[in-house]
Amino acid sequence: MEDLLAARAQMAMSLAFHIIFASVGIAMPLLMVIAEGLWLRTNDDTYLTLAKRWSKGTAIMFAVGAVSGTVLSFELGLLWPTFMAHAGRIIGMPFSLEGLAFFIEAIFLGIYLYGWDRVPKKVHWLAGVMVLLGGTMSGIFVVTANAWMNTPTGFTYIDGTFTNIDPIAAMLNPSSFSQCLHMTIAAFLAVGFAVAGIHAYFLRRDPESSFHRKAFAIALSVGAVFSILQPISGDISAKKVAKHQPVKLAAMEAQWETENGAPLRIGGIPDEEDEVTRYAIEIPKALSFLAHFDFNAEIKGLKEYPPEDRPPVAIVHYAFQIMVACGMVMIAAGLLGGWLAWKRKGIPIDRWYLRFVTCCAPLGFIAIEAGWTVTEVGRQPWVIYNYMRTADAVTPMPNLVVPFLGFTILYIFLSIIVVILMRRQIFQE
Amino acid sequence: MLGLEIWIAGVMLISLIIYMLTGGADFGGGIWDLFATGKRAKSQRDLITHALAPIWEANHVWLIVIIVLLFAAFPVAFATIGTALHIPLTLMLFGIVLRGTAFVFRTYDDQSETTHLRWSRVFAIASIITPIMLGVTLGAVASGTIHVNIETGHVDTDFISSWLTPFPFAIGFFTLALCGLIAAVYLTLETDDPELREDFRIRALIAAFSVGLMAGISFLLSAEGAPSIRRGLGNSVWSIPFHFLTGAVSIWTIWSIWRRHFHLARVLVPIQVVLIILGWGFAQYPYLVSPNLTFSNTAAPNSVLRPILIIVVIGVIILVPAFWYLYAVFKGKSRTDTISEDKTSL
Ligand code: HDD
Ligand code: HEM
Ligand code: HEM
Repeated sequence: MEDLLAARAQMAMSLAFHIIFASVGIAMPLLMVIAEGLWLRTNDDTYLTLAKRWSKGTAIMFAVGAVSGTVLSFELGLLWPTFMAHAGRIIGMPFSLEGLAFFIEAIFLGIYLYGWDRVPKKVHWLAGVMVLLGGTMSGIFVVTANAWMNTPTGFTYIDGTFTNIDPIAAMLNPSSFSQCLHMTIAAFLAVGFAVAGIHAYFLRRDPESSFHRKAFAIALSVGAVFSILQPISGDISAKKVAKHQPVKLAAMEAQWETENGAPLRIGGIPDEEDEVTRYAIEIPKALSFLAHFDFNAEIKGLKEYPPEDRPPVAIVHYAFQIMVACGMVMIAAGLLGGWLAWKRKGIPIDRWYLRFVTCCAPLGFIAIEAGWTVTEVGRQPWVIYNYMRTADAVTPMPNLVVPFLGFTILYIFLSIIVVILMRRQIFQE
Repeated sequence: MLGLEIWIAGVMLISLIIYMLTGGADFGGGIWDLFATGKRAKSQRDLITHALAPIWEANHVWLIVIIVLLFAAFPVAFATIGTALHIPLTLMLFGIVLRGTAFVFRTYDDQSETTHLRWSRVFAIASIITPIMLGVTLGAVASGTIHVNIETGHVDTDFISSWLTPFPFAIGFFTLALCGLIAAVYLTLETDDPELREDFRIRALIAAFSVGLMAGISFLLSAEGAPSIRRGLGNSVWSIPFHFLTGAVSIWTIWSIWRRHFHLARVLVPIQVVLIILGWGFAQYPYLVSPNLTFSNTAAPNSVLRPILIIVVIGVIILVPAFWYLYAVFKGKSRTDTISEDKTSL
């Protein structure tokens, strides 16, 4: 395996692994805080049991998130030293703020997980709120660093070096708002549906269980609300991409020709040899409208760019389709749930609906992985868009396939253990 | 007036000290888990587990602070270390991942003896590899074998010879011994059982002697292995009295453990660690990665350093009370039952 490929594969694998645990670390505290808040309000001990059960699972996930995140911060230097030598000082600011957020999260998580009987009830609940804030802020800070790689600002570039650095302007780059919003919603959405799916499974077997009813109601409400917000924020993201990274947009939509009134493609097989996309369902002029609010706006096609400046089209296109498809199914599940709840004046526990929600459990995480593939692969061949190529950023270290395989085996092993332990937590009754 | 980068370097040094005193104790816990022996082996392990549980996540963040400050404030140094020391750092990462996860898995996996013991083994072995590799990294950085062209950033390295030498490994085992010492001394005060306390007294003594031994070996090896550090250690005005002080405190520590003045030892050990790390920091100054990279020639511009220092100050204001509260909640009472209490309530 070529070293550059091995480095990219290792980075991608580490991030794809970390993001799952990070999303759980962002969103589970919200579910726990809601459950515990309901307990404080109603004194119904089922809610307390629920918060405690959820917190045990979260403890496992959080530990894996913390160590895999540590691996990432080292990997930035181990795999991409040239990138870090130039960009470290520019994106160091959000990472420093992230360090602060980690401290807040870790300290209050310690109090939350082990302090049930040691601190007053209200203080315990507030500790949960602090964990939620710390987790959400850590997510937001890293994503601003990633947004900077997409739309770098806050420096002047002279003779291959970045000078006049303004780290705050770098953090507030054009993609930050849209990416942070979209990622944060994605975490709540994915975790909401994953948890709702698990409890839906148990409700099918035991529809009377008040424990699972309450858990399902909380998780589904969170999932449903965020499922409706997500396409709105996705649209904001798409407009940013259209404006700042037109070649990424062209790859997402597999748009080869520059066109006024470009169609939105559903499905389709991009052919990178012949530079065409076949078998897609095309909605006329929809892409131009979604990207620029104008049915006849011009969309730049991939042929506009020399082949060495194009990202791999097929991967980006498929990943984008997968993300949007998952989003659509979850919106359907969310709207349907709301409608059923309104009609039944209670928790929607129709058996077919429970089965549907169970099937939705993995979709949010699939969409997260796919979305990141769009962002990262769509940025190729650049690591800092328009400034530094990925190939120029990689370490000179030879035999990178060895650490790549090492970490792959380690992460597969950890995944298996996590699945076993989570199953045990979930099925423990 | 000191440059802003020196303030950041100071914050990194303080973070390293705190990491050694908190995270280092966690590693030490792993070491004594591996060497848990005799009929009280299980009680020893249980004590270690209970002492660690609630706070290891927070302890671990100090390492991340060091790394983040390194790449934000001294990006070229971060890139150089990442390139030349790829192998020991990767091994350290394996250690970090396995120990962090094994510890949690052990708490939540089925509680049969064999499963428990298997996770304990993973936890313990990873707790030994990690500090050794951390020490090897620090030793290699100090050794003056990592050459880099400051203009082009080109690192002249074969990825092996800068760390696979006696001096970095001496520092590695030195670090390991320190972790063992810190943990053993803390653990003497974590139990009311006199026999268990005696077990950890013996361990503390062994570790304290190993620290002395490794300090001596490292000093001898530094003549060849780290000449610029040796110069820093041997020549400047402050260094001789400073080393007498460190030596005196170390002997006093051993004496206090020997005489079972555990509360005194609990105070002396941190002082000893602070003195060792400060002594190393001063000897290393002004080099960040000797012989080419100094703090000033790798520092990011002030427009970057200033906001980071502001974040550090805000961090201190927020975190000191938060940490104080965390330790107050868990360290105040005898906590022997934290986890079992938790289990029954769930
Ligand atoms: C639950 C997850 C999820 C769902 C349902 C969606 N997304 Fe998404 N998407 C993400 C999770 C995600 C993500 C993983 O969070 C990404 C990767 C980077 C980022 O900021 O968010 C992302 C990136 C991303 C990008 C690239 C941004 C960039 O490169 O800067 C666009 C254009 C969209 N999304 C658009 C959409 C649209 C139009 C959706 C319609 C339903 C949608 N996403 C659903
Ligand atoms: C601050 C945040 C991030 C930084 C600094 C970062 C940095 C990088 C770097 C340096 C690479 C290698 C160059 C490349 O192949 O593009 C990379 C690749 C990649 N990253 Fe990111 N990344 C970040 C966030 C993420 C996240 C959260 C994910 C999601 C899981 C992600 C997914 C990927 C993937 C899939 C690749 C491989 C791309 C390819 O194979 O072409 N990244 N990232
Ligand atoms: C290059 C990219 C990344 C790096 C270097 C990185 C680094 C880290 C580190 C060092 C930790 C451990 C902190 C601790 O000890 O608690 C961590 C945890 C975390 N990270 Fe990442 N991270 C990256 C990508 C991401 C992304 C894209 C997100 C957000 C969506 C994210 C969100 C989180 C969260 C919420 C935590 C808290 C721990 C948890 O809940 O498991 N990280 N990260």
